[in-house]
Amino acid sequence: MSGFFKSSIGRKVAMALSAFFLMIFLFQHFVINLLSVFSGEIFNEVSHFMGTNWLIQFVMQPVLIFGVVFHFIMGFILEIKNKKAQGVAYAKNNGAANSSWVSRNMIYSGLVILAFIVLHFIDFWFPEINTKYIQGDWSGVHEGVEGYRYFHELQEKFVNPARVAAYIVAFVFLALHLLHGFTSAFQSMGATAGRKKTLQNIGKAYSIIIPAGFIIIALFHHFNHIH
Amino acid sequence: MNLTLKIWRQKDSNAKGQMVDYKVTDISEHMSFLEMMDVLNEQLIASGEEPVAFDHDCREGICGMCSMYINGEAHGPDRGVTTCQLHMRMFNDGDTITIEPFRAAAFPVIKDLVVDRTSFDRIQHAGGYISVNTSGNTQDANNIPISKHAADEAMDAATCIGCGACVATCKNSSAMLFVGAKVSQYALLPQGQVEAADRVRNMVAQMDLEGFGNCTNTGACEIECPKGISLENIARMNRELMKAQF
Repeated sequence: MSGFFKSSIGRKVAMALSAFFLMIFLFQHFVINLLSVFSGEIFNEVSHFMGTNWLIQFVMQPVLIFGVVFHFIMGFILEIKNKKAQGVAYAKNNGAANSSWVSRNMIYSGLVILAFIVLHFIDFWFPEINTKYIQGDWSGVHEGVEGYRYFHELQEKFVNPARVAAYIVAFVFLALHLLHGFTSAFQSMGATAGRKKTLQNIGKAYSIIIPAGFIIIALFHHFNHIH
Repeated sequence: MNLTLKIWRQKDSNAKGQMVDYKVTDISEHMSFLEMMDVLNEQLIASGEEPVAFDHDCREGICGMCSMYINGEAHGPDRGVTTCQLHMRMFNDGDTITIEPFRAAAFPVIKDLVVDRTSFDRIQHAGGYISVNTSGNTQDANNIPISKHAADEAMDAATCIGCGACVATCKNSSAMLFVGAKVSQYALLPQGQVEAADRVRNMVAQMDLEGFGNCTNTGACEIECPKGISLENIARMNRELMKAQF
């Protein structure tokens, strides 16, 4: 089996499996974020649970970090290997004649997403790790904030229009990445042609609805924050 | 038609090649692309220049020899055809046409537009066959019932002529459409089952060894394939390789 993952097809399968995992994670992240639009209180409760539950913190979180890092590193490795396989470049190449822009530029949409993840970590993950693991404060409360601090922190982050703009750009690229990545992952896993149309439709819906939802949530908090 | 041709010229596999401009005049729109190349070569020979080397054999879309990357596409802008089946009516008077060899590290240029595609042969040797005892007692293939659907699908996969357009087109120079078709044509038939696991393992291993890239499912190969080989064959190869692990 270890030989399988060293083969070109095995690497494709590994890429697809990590993609499935990340798409499931993205969906649950979206659902939790969506709660913040309807109720700050419920969002706080769920955030506190996610931030303090040992299974999520010590099992799911490391698995997620591994999944993200693996997907990026494997993406880069495959890109480098594929570049090497090309040899001399064509003087004239009409890629648009036979394939979509998104399918040919997954590395670039991926790089924008990577830049976004760095920003996202600086915004949320590093302060969270600092509060919990360095300061040792697992209370979820903050001086001057009524109830748990999470909803307040979320609103604060979306005050700056530059950050909201960065979020929008990143999620547009995420949508582009998913528009090819969703069906591509199924194809790599050997999904049959009979299911192709259904998969393409589900893929399109997922790739547009989820990133658009994240954008709407960011805009909602930007226009509704407490002044 | 009067045309300007930008053609890759390379003396041999070690030489550094370059694009060279040529003019051809009075080209009939009914000519095939290769006939237009013949006209150019006659001109070059008459003027004492080295003719442009290019692969061709049957000139009826069966052998898979003719290659050429024409105006940024394998076998040119037409669909479902090889270069020998491409006609000059696909172009306009006064056009500039860029003609390059199929590019891939695993398809090194031998001369001008001729590339070495023996890597495909080595992949075939690794498992693209069934072992049959031909001692004189070979049973009739029709003794084994095969569903019409499976027979048709196997035949569709078997129409791959191994021209290499899939590799030339792929941004990753992946050979997975070719190998997928060759794996599928046996995987779909009962005769192919006995050696199925070894076949897919060995052919994929040889494909990787030859230095072909990794498929990222852009689907460009399927569009440019002169025989319309479906991406489904790549998915089937992936399934076959996963199955072969157990």
